[in-house]
Amino acid sequence: MSTVTRPEAPARDDAGAALPDGPPRPKRRGRTGARLTPYALLVPALIILIAVIGWPLLQLVIMSFQEFGRAQVFGAPPEFVGLGNYLGVLGDPEFWQVLGRSVLFAAACVVITMVVGVLVALLMRKLAAGWRLLVSVGLLLAWAMPPLSATIVWGWIFDSQYGVLNYALSEWFGLDFRGHSWLLEPLSFFFVAGIVIVWGAIPFVAFTVFAGLTQVPDEVLEAAQLDGAGPFKRFFLVIVPFLRPILIVVTILQIIWDLRVFTQIYALQALGGLAEQTNTLGVYIYRVSLGTGDFGVGGAISVIVVLFLVAISLYYVRQSLKEDR
Amino acid sequence: MTAADTRAAVTAGAHAHGTTALPATPSAAPTRRRSARSVVGKVLLAASALVIFVMSVFPVYWMVNTSLQPNSQVRGSEVHFWPENGSLQNYIDVIFNYERAPFLPALANSLQITLLTVLIALVFAFLAAVAVTRFRFRSRVSFIIAILIIQMIPAEAMIISMFRVMDSWHLLNSIAGLTLVYVATVLPFTIWTLRGFVDGVPADLEEAAMIDGLSRTQAFWRITFPLLAPGLVATGVFGFIQAWNEFVFALVINPRPEAMTLPVWLRTFLDPNGGTDWAQLMAGSTLIAIPVVIFFLIVQNRMTSGMVSGAVKG
Repeated sequence: MSTVTRPEAPARDDAGAALPDGPPRPKRRGRTGARLTPYALLVPALIILIAVIGWPLLQLVIMSFQEFGRAQVFGAPPEFVGLGNYLGVLGDPEFWQVLGRSVLFAAACVVITMVVGVLVALLMRKLAAGWRLLVSVGLLLAWAMPPLSATIVWGWIFDSQYGVLNYALSEWFGLDFRGHSWLLEPLSFFFVAGIVIVWGAIPFVAFTVFAGLTQVPDEVLEAAQLDGAGPFKRFFLVIVPFLRPILIVVTILQIIWDLRVFTQIYALQALGGLAEQTNTLGVYIYRVSLGTGDFGVGGAISVIVVLFLVAISLYYVRQSLKEDR
Repeated sequence: MTAADTRAAVTAGAHAHGTTALPATPSAAPTRRRSARSVVGKVLLAASALVIFVMSVFPVYWMVNTSLQPNSQVRGSEVHFWPENGSLQNYIDVIFNYERAPFLPALANSLQITLLTVLIALVFAFLAAVAVTRFRFRSRVSFIIAILIIQMIPAEAMIISMFRVMDSWHLLNSIAGLTLVYVATVLPFTIWTLRGFVDGVPADLEEAAMIDGLSRTQAFWRITFPLLAPGLVATGVFGFIQAWNEFVFALVINPRPEAMTLPVWLRTFLDPNGGTDWAQLMAGSTLIAIPVVIFFLIVQNRMTSGMVSGAVKG
């Protein structure tokens, strides 16, 4: 790569040599070396992405059209079954159940996260510096918690026998929650999972929206105020339009993260949830593939999920590209 | 909306001093009671701030609090909100007197894999980011689209094929295998974020330095690189946190005790039959969280601005 040098500066590092070749430079050098520079810079990243993402992805697609069970893992040649795996998955009521469950759960988490996150951001804008620092530190701590640690801690708080929540509800509020298992019942399981996920996601939303809020010009807000716009009107007619791109991108990211959630559900199941009734898409793929050893069907589910998520994210991609210009 | 209109007069005055509460302020008679309102507003604001702080921090506090108490006390009928009889015994037990998987090898694995991931991903992503920001070339847009889409592919969908590919390369239960996987998963995000930072350093700046007599290399290292350093740090920290916390691939690709990373090690403590040693589990959780918390505190400002500039504006 360091062959891309120019007579006046035989630079050693590619980046240094490459930088000023950018678009602002009107002079166009016709030499092939300079034209190849961007490709040379992309080579390391491309090799890794193709080998470690592209290749397995291709394998996944091929596998999803094959009968691929334990026998194949031990060397038997896989047999192509056409759309067999896909038809099997789409005809399986459990798949639709898991899909519906995941979508509902993600929707609830996203709505709550966005509403609370935006409210926290608005609050931070109004707070005096000292209070804002306090809130920031708290949010930062929650944000920094690794998802697995966070899930385990919440599982401990909700623990049936020694959890602090059951203790507080029973001792302080006189309710009979002694030994109550929060994870056994699916609805209550998802209540706990939702708390873990929303708790972990609010800081990102709040900080990002807060950063966006600082870009809303004060003059515009003041002008709106002089024109008699109340806080609600100011929010929906001034702040929201300004924040639109940020809000949309953050919402899409939340949708995708919550649809593909794995760690929190998996860990809560390990703490005492009933897996069959609480699987979401990510955990379902894991259980079908590694539990039953049916890689072909697991592959078909995976491909469907990937297509589903990519379709959702297309808007995000388009939006990001627009801002790339 | 009409209720909001009547509020305008009240909030308009208070807002100038930055003391109004959120839209929740009840509507009332205008200007006369402004100071009383602003006091109420202040109290409401402070109260909500306090609630948010407590809700955010409580689980973290509870984790540390439990980790400092003996398990017999944790499993007693009385809940201790302060670590009475506090000691570091749980940490010592978790680190040295393990019953399940050993801690220190897992720590070594996590450190090696994470640091290698960050280093490799930063170098590769930096080169790619320069290519994407400072050049216009064919298939540039396709590359960006590919990067954005790869970010959306869920890890869970890839576990089977990733397992098989790593198996065929004889990289299961190895440092190299998981590092490779993490570099690939971290790269798209890293390229995208660094792209924003590189874009933020105008090429003219460098050219000006060159007119003043610096060579291209000098100009890059003296002018551009220092301006980029914060971006590199922030992006690197983000990669670190992602790789450090990653759970799914680690669970599938490096399941052997001697090859485990810390999250998978922590998972060995979970016992669905109620035999979980909560005190030790909390000590383990705390140990894993500490490096992440420290890094978060170091780069917190840069991170949000970096994410916004990376994700939202060009």
